[in-house]
Formats: sequence, structure tokens, C-alpha cells
Amino acid sequence: MRSIIEYLKEIVFGVWSLMQGMKVTGSYFFRPSTIVTQKYPDNRKELVMYERFKGEVVMPHNEKNEHKCTGCGICELNCPNGTIEIISKTIVTEDGKKKKAIDKHIYRLGMCTFCALCVKTCPSNALAFSQGFEHAVFNRALLIKTLNKPGSQLMKGVE
Amino acid sequence: MPFDIYNFTSFTQWIDSSLHNAMSPFWTALTEMVIIGVLVLMFYAVVGLFLVYAERKVCAFMQNRLGPNRVGPFGIFQTIADLVKLLFVELIPIKNADGFLFNLAPFIVIIAGFMAIAAIPFANGLHAIDMNIGVLYVIAVSSMGVIGVLLAGWSSNNKYSLIGAMRSGAQIISYELSVGLALITIVILAGSMQLSVIVEAQRDGWFIFKGHIPAFIAFIIFLISSTAETNRGPFDLAEAESELTAGYHTEYSGIKFAFFFLAEYMNMFIVASIAATIFLGGWMPFHVGPWVGFNHIMDFIPPFVWYIGKTFFVIFLMMWFKWTFPRLRIDQLLTLEWKYLLPINLVNVLIMAFLVLMGWHF
Repeated sequence: MRSIIEYLKEIVFGVWSLMQGMKVTGSYFFRPSTIVTQKYPDNRKELVMYERFKGEVVMPHNEKNEHKCTGCGICELNCPNGTIEIISKTIVTEDGKKKKAIDKHIYRLGMCTFCALCVKTCPSNALAFSQGFEHAVFNRALLIKTLNKPGSQLMKGVE
Repeated sequence: MPFDIYNFTSFTQWIDSSLHNAMSPFWTALTEMVIIGVLVLMFYAVVGLFLVYAERKVCAFMQNRLGPNRVGPFGIFQTIADLVKLLFVELIPIKNADGFLFNLAPFIVIIAGFMAIAAIPFANGLHAIDMNIGVLYVIAVSSMGVIGVLLAGWSSNNKYSLIGAMRSGAQIISYELSVGLALITIVILAGSMQLSVIVEAQRDGWFIFKGHIPAFIAFIIFLISSTAETNRGPFDLAEAESELTAGYHTEYSGIKFAFFFLAEYMNMFIVASIAATIFLGGWMPFHVGPWVGFNHIMDFIPPFVWYIGKTFFVIFLMMWFKWTFPRLRIDQLLTLEWKYLLPINLVNVLIMAFLVLMGWHF
């Protein structure tokens, strides 16, 4: 008798647990708002990527064309695959001191693995990730980018 | 009868008599067969294409995706594009395959589907053959498809195909019993095996309501076991993609693969339409015994619409559990049949017989 009750219990529990599964898929089916697919090429105008998305390394400049990069070269040392190359120059400041400054911050997008070590280790937070992910170009040379804008200067107060 | 306006009997009889007047009985029979064959073929292709599209959409929505949406509005021409591609794909000849059986197998699978479709009443009078053993015929014919599957697996000379075909064989032999017993439950209630009589008996209420509990249990068992019989859903061991590449049709390409693919969806349609006919009243509108006015309003919806609606409801149920449940192992599959479905079914038949005897059904 007990085995029969166990058998019936098993059937009822089995049916109940299958119903739980069907409830989940059914609720997804009847609520199209749960769809996560992006219609990508159609919605590229309104497509917003996530804040933490690692698109490509950029150097943010303010409106006075100033950046925070001191040319210390820590990002170059930390880059595991030689993507970053710092070309520095020596400048004379207003009070007559000689100082090292950035001439060119070269970033080779084609070699970058987006590991974010450069962004994390930068002591003055000069680097950041942009949201752009459409990296395809027709010429390989276009993947070698200079991150500091021409004529840009070090921001005041950043040492 | 208000819904005599949707009665096709006089239309088909008019075609028959005008053909008889024009030619000898032999040629009349031949012409009628050709007409019905062409109609069924067209129906087969259209329904097959639509079901492939529907399956992909339903599956996509259940998995929080969009499904096909590039070819035409909402991707409705996707399957047509796929079919055109399949028609032009090269048929790869298989070395060391048994050529004759290899080429025969897809046709056997397709023919099984065709033969089953002949017995299904689509609407009042829209019925190719109305046999007095309709239910038995449908069970017998729809299980013939497994011969095609076994031939395909054996003749491909491929271990995946053979394993898939053998699993399919074991599965269909077991689940055939449950399909048969579930239908017998309703045959007891209807008192006939003729499909037109079964549909007519549901004029004052569908069998799933008339036979209440045992009919409902039989419906569930029929859904489970017929899904297994069509090698679908959680029972698709015969073509388990993750284990057997594509199972019995691994070696098939181009149009021969398309035959298998189409046959799978057509078998689903046939099974669903049998379920709709036997349990949900076929083309019979939704009637509640004594509510004359309500019944009269329901009669204005054409029977073909009722039939298609019910069939697609059952198809939706089958897709629903296909895309919810994980695939069963072969031992779980056989356990489910022999330890659960079959005993429940036998008891259910007994209960139904008792109910009919005591007149406890509606």
C-alpha cells in the first residue's frame, strides 16, 4: 500500500515540477517585453552600450584640449602585449624648469586584448574605455591611433 | 441546421457526379485521386513550411529571442528561402551506403504522413476517406514512418544513424501502446471508430468535457506518447543533436533531408489534428449542451477555422513542452512508458468503461 502511495506521489510531484518549467517558458512566451535580442544594424542610432563596456582605450580631453597624461609610461610597462607606446618629450615650464611630458601616446587597437590593465594602473586616471565597438576599417594602418589630440596639454594640477 | 452553409458534402458530390457524367467510372476514380493527391501535396507543403516558421518563432519567444526577422516582415519568408536553398543543395552520394534503401527511406516517411492525412476530417464533408475503422487506420499508418527511420539509419552505414534509428525503433514500439490505449479510451466513449461519427458525437460537447477526468487523462497521455511517436520534443533521442549529430538523417543532404525535415513537422500536424478530432471535437464548433443561442452563434464560425484553431492549439502545446523540457535518457524514456503511462492508461480505460456503463459522462 505504501509503495502505491509513493508511486502516486511521484506522479503528482513529477507533473507539478514539469508545470513549474512550463510556467517559466509560458510566461516568457506571452510577454514579448522580456526579449533581449537587439536588432543591431537597425537600431545603431539609439543603441546604448553599458557603462562598463570595454570598447577601445581613449584619453579623455576637456574643453580646453587638456588631458591628464603625464607621460610616466606605466601603461606601457603594464600592457601585456605591447599595444601602447609612449613617446615623451622634454618641455620647459613657465618657471624655467625642465619637465618630461607626453609627445605621442600611440595605441595599436589591432593588438589590444581589452584587458584594461592600462586603464586600471594609470596613476592620474588619464585613460578610459569608450563605448564604441565598430572597429572594422579597410586599412590596417588606421588601427594605430594617437590618443592625445594634436596641440593638447597636460591639465593644470596633475603631476 | 445553421451551419449547413459550411457543409462541403454537396460540393464534393457535385464534383463527383459531374465527373461521372463526363467519363467512365475508372477515369473518374483516377481523376478524383489525382485531385485529392495534388490538394494534399499542396497542403502538406504549405503546412510544413508554416510549421517550421511557427516552431522557430515559438522557440525564440520562449528563449527571450526574436527568431527569424530579416526575410520579409517578421521573417515570414525565411522558410521559403530555406526551402529554395535546400532544393539547390548538392545531393552528396554516400560511399558504401545501401543506395536503394537510402533513397527509399525518405519516401516511406513521407508516404506514412500522406496516408494518415487521408483519414482526417478537415470540415463537414471535407474528408478524403471516411472509413469505419478510421482510428485504427490512423494508428496503423502513422506508425509506418518508423520503417523509414529504421531504413535511413541502417542504409546510411553510419554509427550515429544506426544508433538513432535503433533508439527510434525502441521508442515507437513502446509508445505505440500508449497512443492506442489513449485513443481506445475515447473509442469506448464514442462507441465507434469512424472519425465522422466521433466528430458528430461531439455535437453537444467535446469529448474532453463529456468524458471529464478519464478523457482529460487520456488527452495528456496521448499528447506525451504522440510526441514521443513523432520523435519530437523531450523525446528526440533519434536525432539528439548533441550526441548523434543529426541521428538517423546525418548522411542525408539537400531535398532528401528536406523530406525528413518536412515529414517531422507533418507528423506533428497529423498527431495534433488527431488529438483535435478525437478529444477536442475536430471541426465541431464549441457547443454547450442546452445553450441553443450560444451554440447557434458558435455555428457561424466555419468548421475549417475550428479545426485549424484546435490543431494549432495542440501544436502549440507540443512546441511548448518541446522547448521547456530537457531530453530524456533512453532508460528514462522506457521507464516513463512502461512504469507510468501504460499502467495509468490501463486503469484509465477501465474507469472510462465503467463511466460509460454507469452513464456518468455528460
